[in-house]
Amino acid sequence: MSSPVLFAEGLRKRFGGYYALDGFDLSVPAGTVCGLLGPNGAGKTTVLRILSTLMRPDGGRATVAGYDVTRQAAEVRNNIGMIGQQSTVDDILTGRENLALWGRLYHLSAANAKRRADELLEQFGLNAAASKQVKYYSGGMRRRLDLASSFITAPRVMFLDEPTAGLDPRNRIEMWSAVRALAQAGTTVLLTTQLLDEADQLADQIVLMDGGREIASGTPDELKARTGGDWIDVTVRNIAQLPAAAGVMARAAGGKLQTAAGEHRISAAVADRAHALTDVTRALHDAGIDAEDVTLRRATLDEVFLLLTGKDAEEVEAV
Amino acid sequence: MNGFVEALADGAVVAKRNLIKVKRVPDLIVFSTLSPIMFVLLFAYVFGSAIEIPGINYREFLMAGIFAQTVLFGATITGTGLAEDMQKGIIDRFRSLPIARSAVLIGRTTSDLVNNVIVIVVMSVTGLIVGWRIHSSFLEALAGFGLLLLFAYAVSWGMAVVGLAVRSPEVVNNASFIVIFPLTFIANTFVGTTNLPGPLKAFAEWNPISAVTQAARELFGNTSPQFPPPDVWPLKHSVVASVVWSVVILALFVPLAIRQYRKAVAR
Repeated sequence: MSSPVLFAEGLRKRFGGYYALDGFDLSVPAGTVCGLLGPNGAGKTTVLRILSTLMRPDGGRATVAGYDVTRQAAEVRNNIGMIGQQSTVDDILTGRENLALWGRLYHLSAANAKRRADELLEQFGLNAAASKQVKYYSGGMRRRLDLASSFITAPRVMFLDEPTAGLDPRNRIEMWSAVRALAQAGTTVLLTTQLLDEADQLADQIVLMDGGREIASGTPDELKARTGGDWIDVTVRNIAQLPAAAGVMARAAGGKLQTAAGEHRISAAVADRAHALTDVTRALHDAGIDAEDVTLRRATLDEVFLLLTGKDAEEVEAV
Repeated sequence: MNGFVEALADGAVVAKRNLIKVKRVPDLIVFSTLSPIMFVLLFAYVFGSAIEIPGINYREFLMAGIFAQTVLFGATITGTGLAEDMQKGIIDRFRSLPIARSAVLIGRTTSDLVNNVIVIVVMSVTGLIVGWRIHSSFLEALAGFGLLLLFAYAVSWGMAVVGLAVRSPEVVNNASFIVIFPLTFIANTFVGTTNLPGPLKAFAEWNPISAVTQAARELFGNTSPQFPPPDVWPLKHSVVASVVWSVVILALFVPLAIRQYRKAVAR
């Protein structure tokens, strides 16, 4: 197997009194998408900044496309593109002008920069808006222009820091397909996200982070499997029956229980997928509990996060 | 050497980006030229009606001082502009590019220099309308403008350090106002320094802004034989002193700004 395009070993970064990164390892093979997933303050952005040479680590080492991020920063910069959490395209320039400007900064001649701008506008579906000032762009179009502006030289590695933060669902899906297209064309993508759904949708490999460390990693399916894989959801008609239903499910499903405040629904991790549905339905019926809905499903990354950190991802996000 | 040429070329691209902004957002250019016009008119008519400089019309005496003050305020844009780019994460993007560490700073300071040129042209026209005249040769006058711009350019690099360190355009604005306002007033910009109280007088005489103002005055031929500058070295050799000050400021702040840029990471 070829060596990883992104590699990190024991990365540490200290801010004042605390470690934003505390022994972080990473290995991402070429042409794959790796999602760094975790709440605010988990260290995701710090990883991105160190790998994109914006910040030097206090300890450990990392390579990008085979180059050391501290000793060969210039070579690393020749092989990467990055978009930060904020859009860096200029409002008052048109889409084409923005791309031509970045093209010049990647040392293309004026003519080549223009030609490349047109190619990228096509590639990222921005042709129709090419001559419009960016201030008239939707959030999703802006983000795609950001992506295009970091893709001038078709770098081997793209770093995306929360690429869909603040986008509505439609724009988010557009952005996802743009990122997928990059990966399909062979670019290695490292993205950070707080959205479990996003990591699930895009990433070949997810690294779950908390407190500056990896707490779990694997494919989305592997991570879900670590919670037992399957969950059963029961919605009761009468909320007063919820505690009774919980007791029944604990016995019948045999796994961890989860309820959300104010909801009529209980979820339970399932140990035995084959029998869970019938066991739970029968037990509920025997106990005289009126179930409106009973479903068996794969675990969500929310549940994985809860299981592995003891913290609710959504709750942490809200802080 | 090749690297330096490349840094200049990249700097030119960055400067172009900043200047297109000035062109497309007309409010910016309107306000940055209105305030110098207002300064010239206010000082010429308000101070001019109360201050007498022996042997010369106050409006002629005044212009070099207003030029110096205004280009200095013009230089503060470097700080606010960089702080703004920093806040927006644009500096991060720039820093991930394979371009020289100095390119973005060269670009920023250059576009601010161009802004200052525009401002000086507008002020000169206003000055000529209210009675300012250049009594020297064309080349000397040109040297006078050049010196003002050189000094402002040097100060731009100082402001770059502030902007990159502070990271908030509002704070840069307020902080630079607090420093530059007194600095340009405790000087020979608007009045003679002879009657200032002791410590202020010493400060005014050695203030680099006094040297620059005096140099511009001499190069424009706006001095009066009945009102010679105080007998201190920087004012007796004001042109040399202004160049020395500019070079010293550049030598100090160019490396500092580049160092700061290297470390700068948006929050």
